Amino acid sequence: MKVALTAAGNSLESPFDSRFGRAQTFIIYDTDTETTTVLDNAQNLNSAQGAGIQAAQHVLDSGATALITGHLGPKAAKVIFAAGIDVYQTDAETVAQALAMFTSKALKPMKGADVDGHWV
Amino acid sequence: MRIAIASGKGGTGKTFVTVNLARSLGMPVTVLDCDVEEPNSNLFLHGDLVSQSRVSVCVPHVLEDACTGCRVCADACQFNAIAVIGRKPLVFEDMCHSCGVCTTLCPHDALIEVPHEIGTVTVRQSQHVSLVEGLLDVGKALAVPVIRQVKGQVGADTDHPVLIDAPPGTSCPMVWAVDGCDAVVLVAEPTAFSLHDLTLAVDTVREVGVSFGVVINKDGLGDDRVARYCESEGIPILGRIPFDLDIARRYATGALIVDKEPRYRDLFLQMWQSITHLAQIGGNRDESLA
Repeated sequence: MKVALTAAGNSLESPFDSRFGRAQTFIIYDTDTETTTVLDNAQNLNSAQGAGIQAAQHVLDSGATALITGHLGPKAAKVIFAAGIDVYQTDAETVAQALAMFTSKALKPMKGADVDGHWV
Repeated sequence: MRIAIASGKGGTGKTFVTVNLARSLGMPVTVLDCDVEEPNSNLFLHGDLVSQSRVSVCVPHVLEDACTGCRVCADACQFNAIAVIGRKPLVFEDMCHSCGVCTTLCPHDALIEVPHEIGTVTVRQSQHVSLVEGLLDVGKALAVPVIRQVKGQVGADTDHPVLIDAPPGTSCPMVWAVDGCDAVVLVAEPTAFSLHDLTLAVDTVREVGVSFGVVINKDGLGDDRVARYCESEGIPILGRIPFDLDIARRYATGALIVDKEPRYRDLFLQMWQSITHLAQIGGNRDESLA
């Protein structure tokens, strides 16, 4: 399966980004092949509106079936949950830490949005 | 004659100037409250309800039988208002700017435009003042369509003065409120914060191409930096309202100072003379888009 993680960089050692729509990148980790691909989110990072919606679109287009992030707004949540993607919440410092917690099943699943839009 | 009262900084006295001017004139006048996120002219004019109508914008609706999930609509949307899940588009009505590009480009005629309500326009009458108030629904983001509908309530050929209470700031709602006016009154306080935002408002109004002047409210507070700025930029000062605790006391009760104090009525009438003079020497009525 593919897991999407919000990041501020291009590798597993990069800082974990607690924001979803305006995260710098998404690290897509494939648990079967143990490889990562990087999804640039710069376009949404700078968009005037709807960053969460389009970030969610990118994540679901990547084929990820799980998302690990810090917080999720209502519009992004609508897309993510409609697509059947499982969401896990963490305040890990790096992407690798977040992934380790996920694989050891230490992360709590989210049932919906936990913040309003434009929370930062 | 259409006159917009704007500022830049919020709380400088746009509504105060608008409602006191309207009452002072003593002739039929229309006030358009275009501060649709928090209209409050009605608190001071106490009008009787004349009519009320809802404001709608067009948003796309997906005809699921015709839709193939091709994503042309989502890719074309400049406002990130459409996501496609599986092969099913998901429309976020509140993000839509009604540009129509999705319904135009859909190769399968699977999108139609449907109305989406975002606000209310209310007309009230108070003595000689006709008040048209726009109110954006809570949670809606698009102020401009409500402002357009408010401005559309008055024909371009109206022969009595129209005063437009503009929203604060210098973004689209403010631009749409001042566009097409014969003159803009920028209300400023003699403070550093107000001057900063006044300079932004001046840049904006110059870009829109409407003649403008400044009213200094709470004159006596702060310093003379706004007056010095106006002098250096060649901007006419249309009036000065003194920093007077009595004005604040009456305003806080929803009363108009011009109803109680003849000297203030005279001050606003004098201000009106300066405004009409400004509108006549530099008006751009022919370019009105309203």
